[in-house]
Amino acid sequence: MPYIPLEEHLPGITGLLEYDKIAAKPIRELTQILLRGDSTLTEGERELIATVVSNGNQCRFCTAAHTAAADILLGENETSKNVKENIVTSPVSNKMKALLTIASMVRESGKAVTKEAIDKAKTEGASDIEIHDTVLIAALFCLYNRYVDGLSTVTPANPNFYKGLAERLRDHGYNRLSHGYDHLKTDKSTVA
Amino acid sequence: MAYIQVPEGIPGIRSLVMFRPETGKPLYELAQVLLRGDSTLSEAERELMAAYVSSRNDTMFCMMSHAAASRALFGNDKKIVDDVLKDIQHADISDKMKALLNIAGKVQILGKEVKPEDVESARNEGATYKEIHDTVLIAAAFSMFNRYVDGLASFTPTDEKEYEAMGKRMAEKGYVPPINKE
Repeated sequence: MPYIPLEEHLPGITGLLEYDKIAAKPIRELTQILLRGDSTLTEGERELIATVVSNGNQCRFCTAAHTAAADILLGENETSKNVKENIVTSPVSNKMKALLTIASMVRESGKAVTKEAIDKAKTEGASDIEIHDTVLIAALFCLYNRYVDGLSTVTPANPNFYKGLAERLRDHGYNRLSHGYDHLKTDKSTVA
Repeated sequence: MAYIQVPEGIPGIRSLVMFRPETGKPLYELAQVLLRGDSTLSEAERELMAAYVSSRNDTMFCMMSHAAASRALFGNDKKIVDDVLKDIQHADISDKMKALLNIAGKVQILGKEVKPEDVESARNEGATYKEIHDTVLIAAAFSMFNRYVDGLASFTPTDEKEYEAMGKRMAEKGYVPPINKE
């Protein structure tokens, strides 16, 4: 049960973004720029950063949602599973390993990011903007994970919910749907 | 030295926003909505929450600047800020604020740390659902801002006078992104 009254057909972050649309606007805009805007990192790679951070913060809703988004964008579900288990042995580039390591440090604390980790990413070819965006994506998911769990929002158990959400994120990104979300009221997969 | 090529001599988040103005715009808008938008919590109280979370994250830049903003907004009652940062329980604030700061402190650790009894205490002291929501979101947002500022090792001034001026500006003008002169 959420700690505040949220619409029942909108679990996890989706209900919070409708509860306070004024605060949601810059949060959505920031997410859209970071995860879908112009970047030398692919959308799938950026969803992996979101996945690793959410998993580390033990936020089940965000982990399931961004795992599903990464899987749909990458066209397979092994990479997301592997990065959550072990970044170093996962099937991503050395540059991505270095960036995911930085993201994990940010998740712990901003102060935990070492110069060595930054140097390693640069050695593997990461640009300043890639490092910047990795740190900010990781920091942003520290916001999301705390927002979602701190208000005890509902985490649907049905995997179809996350599949549907991932399709929406692939097709529309993080912008609010122009017609809102009332059409989801009939969707049974949101029921926990 | 910051980990990336940000403009030199510019402190904290301002240097990062000048490096990447596109993400800076919604970041400043979010701070403005949360700390200056319509709310039954005063601007001084919300700045105090920001300073409290930043203090728990040990992010000197955010802690010093938001504490200074809160002092400027509290005016004659500015002692409250330092009292809260030292020990919430003995500070001269309402029981409702104590309960909300307790929630903010839990959020700083991790979302899951906020327990039903924490929310119940705040409700019993008269906190509205919106105030609880805003407290959680402010604490979550500063969990982001603090990591952004420290994670890129941005420049942290050490002169207290500099923060006093910064706090005054934040109290008077709110959150306006710095403009690139290039």
